[in-house]
Amino acid sequence: MEKNELIAWENKCIQEESPECTSACPLHVDARLFLKEIRKGDWDAAYKVLNKTMPFPGILGRICDHPCEERCKRGPVGGPLAIGSLERLCVEKFAGKKRVQLLPRKNHRIAVLGAGLAGVTAAWDLLKKGFVVSVFESGERLGGPLWDLPERILPREILAEELLVLESMMADIHLGVRLDKAFFEQVCEEYAAVILDRDSFHGCALPLELDGDGLIAVTPSTGATGRDGVFAGGGTRFRGGFSPVMETLEGRKPALSIERLMQKVGLEFGRENEGPCSSRLFTSLEGIDPLPRVVPADSVKGYSEEEAHMEAKRCIQCECRECVKKCLFLERYKAYPKKYAREIFNNERILLGAAHQYNVFTNSCSTCGLCETICPNDFSMADMCLEARRTLLKQKIMPASFHEFALDDMAFSNSDLFSLCRREPGKSESAWLYFPSCQLCGSAPGEVLSSYHYLREKLTGGVGILLHCCGAPAFWAGREDLFSQALNEIRGCWEKMGKPRIITACTTCLNMFQEHLPETEPVSLWSTILDAGLPVSVRVSGAGEVTVSVVDPCASRQKQEEQQGIRRILESLGMGIEELPLSGEKPECCGYGGLMYNANPTLARDVVARRTTASDNDYLAYCAMCRDNFAFVGKRISHIIEHLFPVVAGADPAARGWISWSERRDGRVRVKESVLAELGEGKEPQLEHYEKLALVMSPEVRKRVDERRILEEDIRKVILHAESSGMRMQCSESGNFLAYLQPANVTFWVEYQLEGDGFTVLNAYCHRMKIVGIKK
Amino acid sequence: MNFSQEAEAWTCASCGGKLQLTKVFFSYEKGNFEVDLPACPACDLVLVPESLALGRMAEAERILEDK
Ligand code: SF4
Ligand code: SF4
Ligand code: SF4
Ligand SMILES: [Zn+2]
Repeated sequence: MEKNELIAWENKCIQEESPECTSACPLHVDARLFLKEIRKGDWDAAYKVLNKTMPFPGILGRICDHPCEERCKRGPVGGPLAIGSLERLCVEKFAGKKRVQLLPRKNHRIAVLGAGLAGVTAAWDLLKKGFVVSVFESGERLGGPLWDLPERILPREILAEELLVLESMMADIHLGVRLDKAFFEQVCEEYAAVILDRDSFHGCALPLELDGDGLIAVTPSTGATGRDGVFAGGGTRFRGGFSPVMETLEGRKPALSIERLMQKVGLEFGRENEGPCSSRLFTSLEGIDPLPRVVPADSVKGYSEEEAHMEAKRCIQCECRECVKKCLFLERYKAYPKKYAREIFNNERILLGAAHQYNVFTNSCSTCGLCETICPNDFSMADMCLEARRTLLKQKIMPASFHEFALDDMAFSNSDLFSLCRREPGKSESAWLYFPSCQLCGSAPGEVLSSYHYLREKLTGGVGILLHCCGAPAFWAGREDLFSQALNEIRGCWEKMGKPRIITACTTCLNMFQEHLPETEPVSLWSTILDAGLPVSVRVSGAGEVTVSVVDPCASRQKQEEQQGIRRILESLGMGIEELPLSGEKPECCGYGGLMYNANPTLARDVVARRTTASDNDYLAYCAMCRDNFAFVGKRISHIIEHLFPVVAGADPAARGWISWSERRDGRVRVKESVLAELGEGKEPQLEHYEKLALVMSPEVRKRVDERRILEEDIRKVILHAESSGMRMQCSESGNFLAYLQPANVTFWVEYQLEGDGFTVLNAYCHRMKIVGIKK
Repeated sequence: MNFSQEAEAWTCASCGGKLQLTKVFFSYEKGNFEVDLPACPACDLVLVPESLALGRMAEAERILEDK
């Protein structure tokens, strides 16, 4: 990931944008945090939030005209938060020491003329930044029109006390000064820069241009007047009405301009978001109770602490996290895509030898595409993670373990043991080419074979068959070399068959072909069945007899027509359908996609286990891996092919249960052998020596071993090696043997007993750490 | 971790000798390790107990993969 790519990714995830309240606030007070602190009952912390952004919190907290409330997201669900009233209570309650952190003193001397709210704000801001500030006021006290506010809103005592803070900040204050033209010229000479509070200079006779409201004309974004080094702000009461918070902003702007001027940086640059601005933050209001605003029992005194607490609890704490709410993977790593983008970027830049803590992360995404569908900005973690995987490979830091099992399985499918391309028996042409998919052959070999018969009966022009893997595992692993090799092999077969139309029974294969081999004009088996009519062998259930929930595979996300087609087939089979909350364009993955199950098996299990809780109905899948993964965690589930082409009449396919990786390989071999036999090419299978060993395993051991991704083939190889070399250990108590073998990257251990001609396997386990040797 | 129990329980079926706790060397990704394990030095046979393979060893593998 390049720096500009990182910026583009980060910009897509708007989780860190300000909530509406903060964006609407001219000073960008963090109201969300403020309310959170009140909710916790921590009033000191709440005060600190105000104090961080507001000048004179004791004043502004009481008089702010709270434009934030107008845009509060709570508005349509109970009414906006009473942020103004809560700020008031907070500053009333605060009894701690009023602290203003000053930055180191700078040499520049700045003059502020006029001490209304804009003027004292400018002085406050500049003093905080360390400037030497002189305030000149014509009246006998600071604050100007603030003294005209009613006592119950802003008590005089408080006002005086708050303004005193300027003195403690070491302002040089001059009262009763004649702010005339001569004086103005004098300060322009003596000071590095000057700020005029326009409230004190309404319709004034200074040598500066006035605007239509009789206020000193300024550039709105900076407060710059026509004269160098002279800035102005304030006077909202002459321009549509006094707004305390806008008046404050009017003082803040010129102060910031002066800081920029002194630092010799551009006055205008990057100030678009100063003051009230828009926000891209998305916050879902789904499921939010419309709680009405808390009304204080005592309308004069306002909120009690209790009431304030209740009111603050209404705050939604606006944020997006839409994708995180739905995806367990995103949730597990405790952040959100913007942060993840940064982590992946950093992970790629780690110096040799240091920890790459995001390798597993990068390889755990199932690339299901759900986040992209949900995200208001279409953030695609799948694209980001796939690209990052390719980078890890290029950098040669991709651990083999993340994808090895899946890539071995793919290699098996594309080896002579499964791979096959033939015409329909007795035909010399192929108008169609059936591509049932490797995993469906593994999971439902008998059904696949009858579906092939069905196609041959229904379609004319010859239906050839192509047994192969579409290459998806290589694509997910970032292995472009293996992926294009798989595609090239498929393309080669397709050309040799005379470019027939491909019919596939797997949605992932369909996607892969549509995207990478569009010339094959792939269609799905299911839409072909819809066109050609149901097979005669199907059993149609009576009304209300069977209700299922369809688990759409994540690969079907963009395939609304396919999804509808499946439902039409189920309806004609007489099945009732109850939709899951996440179906249609929002299915999750079963953990197979993106090879999540290989790099992060625990997460993959949890994902599928969580999905079983969505409904008590039997599930109905049309992806072989979905069926197998749900079945593994004990969910009743069947594959649509089991209903269309039942192998055992009257069986309950949802009760079939889990199958092992070894069985999936056997299933594939069986499909190939049956196709060859029909063509008259069948021959006695040439078994390797180890394949002849007979194994006995209890169901429990079988499942445990499968979960550890140990194949029966691996077990046979260990036993064969142990038995032929004698290299094994024996337990003096049980007589069991223990042996190990490291054929490639994994060391397999098997504990077994001799059982007549065969072997009883009691346990098997494995590790990737390589045994180098023994100290002699 | 002490595997003397395992050393007691198992014998080398190749030479019939007892297993002795011996330093065994391992490597994975960019890491090297040594663990005292039951082994038959004469036959070069090692015993990695299941608890070690699925416990500390698996943990170390995960850490090294995120390096
Ligand atoms: S609900 Fe809370 S966080 Fe959201 S806009 Fe309103 S005050 Fe701000
Ligand atoms: S698993 Fe799916 S929803 Fe989660 S991050 Fe990956 S693509 Fe997005
Ligand atoms: S949905 Fe996720 S990726 Fe999109 S903006 Fe929200 S938090 Fe960010
Ligand atoms: Zn020995």
